[in-house]
Amino acid sequence: MVTSLKVRPVQRGFGSTAGPLGRRVWRSTRGLYRVMRANPLTFIGFVLVAICLMLALIVIVDPALIVPYGASQNTGAYKEPPTILRWPPSIQHPFGTDQGGLDIYSEVMLALPLDLGIGIGIAAFALVAGGMLGLIAGFWDQPRTLGGALSVIIMRTTDVFLAFPSLVLALAIVASIGRGVWAAILAIMITWWPYYVRLVRGETLAVKHLPYVTAARAAGVRDTRILTRHVLRNVLEPVVVYFTLDIGTVLVTFSTISFVGAGIPFPGKVPEWGSMMSFYQQNYVLSTYWWYITFPAIAIFMSALAFSLLGDGLRDVLDPRTRRALAESSSFHEPPPEVPQPAAAPDAAESEEEAIEEEAREVGAAA
Amino acid sequence: MGRSLEDLIIFILKRFLQLLPVLLGVIVLTFLVTHVAAIDPCPRWYQKASLAVINHCKAQFALPLWTQFWNYFTQLLSGNWGSSPLGVPVYPVISAAFPATLELVLTSMLIMIFVGIPLGVIAAQFAGRWGDHLVRVLYLSGWSIPTYVGAIIAAVFLAPFLGLPTTGEYSAPPPFPQVTHMSVIDAVIALNFPYTIDALSHLLLPASVLAFIEMGNATRMTRSAMLEVLPLEYVKSARMKGLSNFVVLYKHALRNALITATTVLGVTAGGLLAGTVVIEEVFGWPGIGAYAFAVLGGGGRPDFDGAIAVVVVFAIGVVIANLIADILYGVLDPRVEWR
Repeated sequence: MVTSLKVRPVQRGFGSTAGPLGRRVWRSTRGLYRVMRANPLTFIGFVLVAICLMLALIVIVDPALIVPYGASQNTGAYKEPPTILRWPPSIQHPFGTDQGGLDIYSEVMLALPLDLGIGIGIAAFALVAGGMLGLIAGFWDQPRTLGGALSVIIMRTTDVFLAFPSLVLALAIVASIGRGVWAAILAIMITWWPYYVRLVRGETLAVKHLPYVTAARAAGVRDTRILTRHVLRNVLEPVVVYFTLDIGTVLVTFSTISFVGAGIPFPGKVPEWGSMMSFYQQNYVLSTYWWYITFPAIAIFMSALAFSLLGDGLRDVLDPRTRRALAESSSFHEPPPEVPQPAAAPDAAESEEEAIEEEAREVGAAA
Repeated sequence: MGRSLEDLIIFILKRFLQLLPVLLGVIVLTFLVTHVAAIDPCPRWYQKASLAVINHCKAQFALPLWTQFWNYFTQLLSGNWGSSPLGVPVYPVISAAFPATLELVLTSMLIMIFVGIPLGVIAAQFAGRWGDHLVRVLYLSGWSIPTYVGAIIAAVFLAPFLGLPTTGEYSAPPPFPQVTHMSVIDAVIALNFPYTIDALSHLLLPASVLAFIEMGNATRMTRSAMLEVLPLEYVKSARMKGLSNFVVLYKHALRNALITATTVLGVTAGGLLAGTVVIEEVFGWPGIGAYAFAVLGGGGRPDFDGAIAVVVVFAIGVVIANLIADILYGVLDPRVEWR
């Protein structure tokens, strides 16, 4: 029941944006801190991700800082004397050397930016492409309209893509269009987006019938504006959480494609963990030269685990169903994890339309 | 109510009919990938083949797209799936390899059910405490290990330690006929006890690795389903009756949570099948995964007809697993109306 219609005074002027922005930053920082405190594993994941990204950045900016034999190794200028071939890990070569005298530590570190870049890049592409399709399919799904037809086409196509195990489809694409880095990247890009379509569509369907959206619609806000302003914001949170979790999966899948031999040739200009392991595994006795494969494996494992820990922890706290249950079931042991409110209220209305929306939201909230 | 026997039949038939467009889409997409996307595919698919073979392939690709699709489509439907560059027909190979993969996948699913689901219950029971964290690290580790790393660790380092064999289905060629092409079941049918034990010991390691790697979904879904069920009134009342913790968790709560967990079957089917590609290759398991590894170019000898067949069969496997999961969910959850 509507008891009062109160429209928040529209703030204008120079100083008004600074305050809310600062508050928003503060709020999200505090929210992040609470998420971390709720679960130590999430915190560990966060730290590991930060370390991975930092190391990758250092390797990109100036490899010489942490990669002792880096650049010279790849140009062929670096060559160990034969006495240092096949060395097990030592102080000079922490991960050992291989049969060609390559320092495995340097190779593993040099691969870091490429592998992380591929993981983040492909997951981001899937997020954007799949997310947009999912929004469209979820938002305009009335049958017997243009949007409805489009939505059906999108969902049927998604179903077909989801019927393939993504690794197998990606391998088939690589086998068909030819091997190499770009073929492997393209193959995963083609197979990865459908998950996001399904996820985003489900979230959109759930959000778009909430009272505040209905109210905005009743107040005459345009469809596209409802989509970007109201639906997208509330869909974003679970999707970004899934994205964090997904980066690790992409990393692992890409290295598997590399391992089957479809990725980057090794030893080559730029090392990649999967192709490194594939090369060593095919050519050497692993029970003797265990360090050839152990360290690239640890590198993949740790970086994938970092993103998984962070993503899984975030998902747990942000998923309202588990959150509620978690709070109830663990209420004897510790206070329920506090969670940042999804930022539904805009901070400063800028236009007439937003003032209308504001009003509509209040109506929706009061109803 | 809509839950009589006729309703169930209609429910299942409807699900079947819904499959048909997806299957058609699978066939079309496979055609697009293998025939349309490639620019000059013949030398790539027929490496080290004679000039005549390559010319034949080129002539095939020169046909108009519609004719190509018709040839491809009729070939798939007729069951004559072509042959490898060395002249080995594809269909018999796949039909002999498929049961072996099915055996592997079903076994790892069993392991997932008997290990992964209880782990999810434990995680829910200790939610937010160390038991929960431990389980989480365990299943996220499986998630983060590339399949081949897990397989290699198991085959090279773990197998000698446990004394388990790492290659093939049996230690020696079996003296009995392979009726079903599933190693354990064949041995049981032949009433050959030593071979049954041998087959089981060969099956254990690859199936466990596969289960460990794909367990995350099962554990996670059980955990969140349990977390949803545990605060409900009926669980509380069971506790208040003075039932033991074990009975409340595993009999009252899990029974309800399991309904949600059936969806795991559909979710993990793709992952399990994809996992077999690498696991069967590493463990020398004579299944369709190892075949896929070979025909998709893992050994440097790609096989065009084989690749098409393998991709379609994998997709059909996922679709059927999803169908079964769907039907199972409909049967188990009394809230689903069948009509």
